[in-house]
Amino acid sequence: MPIEQLCNVVEMTPLNDSTYWMTLEVGKMVEEQGLRAGQFLHVACGEGLLLRRPISVACVVPDEPENTAALIFEVKGEGTRWLAQRKVGDQVNVLGPLGNGFAVEEGGRYLLVGGGIGVPPLLGYAEAFHKNTVAVLGFRSADRVILADRYQEACKEVYLCTDDGSLGRHGFVDAQVKDILEQDKSFTAILACGPKPMLKNVAKVAAEYGVPCQVSMEERMACGVGACLGCAIQMADGTMKHVCKDGPVFDAKEVDWNV
Amino acid sequence: MSKVDLSVELAGVHLKNPIVVASGTFGFGREYGEFYDLSELGGICAKGLTLHRREGNPPPRIAETPMGILNSVGLQNPGVDAFIEHELPELRKHDLAVIANISGNTPEEYGIMCEKLSAAGVDMIEVNISCPNVKAGGLAYGTKPELAAEVTKMAKEHATVPVMVKLSPNVTDITEIARAVADAGADALSLINTLRGMRIDVNTRRPILKMNTGGMSGPAVLPVAVRMVWEVANAVDLPILGMGGVAKGEDAAQLMLAGASAVAVGTACFADPYAPIKVRDGLAEIAARQGLDKVSDLTGGVRPW
Repeated sequence: MPIEQLCNVVEMTPLNDSTYWMTLEVGKMVEEQGLRAGQFLHVACGEGLLLRRPISVACVVPDEPENTAALIFEVKGEGTRWLAQRKVGDQVNVLGPLGNGFAVEEGGRYLLVGGGIGVPPLLGYAEAFHKNTVAVLGFRSADRVILADRYQEACKEVYLCTDDGSLGRHGFVDAQVKDILEQDKSFTAILACGPKPMLKNVAKVAAEYGVPCQVSMEERMACGVGACLGCAIQMADGTMKHVCKDGPVFDAKEVDWNV
Repeated sequence: MSKVDLSVELAGVHLKNPIVVASGTFGFGREYGEFYDLSELGGICAKGLTLHRREGNPPPRIAETPMGILNSVGLQNPGVDAFIEHELPELRKHDLAVIANISGNTPEEYGIMCEKLSAAGVDMIEVNISCPNVKAGGLAYGTKPELAAEVTKMAKEHATVPVMVKLSPNVTDITEIARAVADAGADALSLINTLRGMRIDVNTRRPILKMNTGGMSGPAVLPVAVRMVWEVANAVDLPILGMGGVAKGEDAAQLMLAGASAVAVGTACFADPYAPIKVRDGLAEIAARQGLDKVSDLTGGVRPW
């Protein structure tokens, strides 16, 4: 059950020129509401903006005096610009936990596939399955790369890809995923987060090799709680589901990728 | 501060306070019901229903605008029967007026839904003739007086509970539609629905909304709502549920002074789930500060120049 809470900012670190790591004290949201990575917090961004901004939780850290959650976001507009200007000691108003997060089981073997700002929501899974996941991380170029060291520490193997070839493999993540599955398709599931065209391609490769695939999707959102039906995603069966309440994580097979 | 009587009457329906939540912004109450007891509210205008289930419009359906939002949800809903079976019994567990909101493709569909919902025991039916996001019915009925009257008559013939007609602001003269609907027998009016609008991404040159245009709501529309409630209140002798951009007690007081008997809160919930309760408390405070015994004394109390 979500709650509204004022959270203290306890860390604010730029990861590159437009991406920020913000750590919030989330109080009892972890024990009482079960907040976990892959879910999102709906963050009020300043006075002049009407809508909250949904930001995925990268990881949850048990801490004293309060547990913390890391939100990693890219400045894309006015709201996230306001958020990027917060300083340690400031407070932000959040609604959460919201959304479902990835469905994982203990002892599972997961292939994590992230693109750009879709890389952070998988971090908590990389760290929870210490040294037992393989990660494929894609970025536009070397200067956009974030969290590579965290993944390298947490994962068994990490493959970096860049669109322009300035670091790691030249090209998109789905080509790397295909190469990995060609060698070994015994993964419990692929967990993917990133832009929709990337997710579509990864879903296609997963289906080709018969590996279950969960995708974390984005859509323009208003209420965040399932009331307004704004953040619709079209399903393969012709129905609509909603990112905030049914997602953000969906079974790739259920999504209509052709719209 | 003295205790102000917050109860109001809306076409014979008793509301324990004048704050209703607006259709399409509050679902069927389940989501916000996790934040507080729905009995805090005077009433709910439930998510708009159609005779059959609708999936609504393709995304994106939401675009933020200066102090407002555009939406093109397109009446996604489970259909009137599913509402009666699954949602109404849940709402009935709380002490608030339940107002069903309906949209039809034909006047006959409005009639069928009014019959079903009256039999199911809703407190009131809000007839939507003003949804800007669907091609059939919707706005077409709300912009032509004779069609608006036809739908109203049909609803009145088949409903055994009060019928409130929701008016569109997307007209040259809202009083013309209001009179037609009043003459056709409506028991109350609600206004305003959203204002048609558009936002374009200058880089892609694409409208943000997949439907290109949508309905605008939020604080930006409040002055339009106040003006239209005032005009309609002067034109017809029907109780009004005023809405449009209400985010605080003062906004609700403005709509009541303009002539509304009760006030709906909608888009404000997206930013703050507790907005309806804060509006209620803010309104009560204003009434108390002005020494009123009852909040209904605000209705129509504007002193125009």
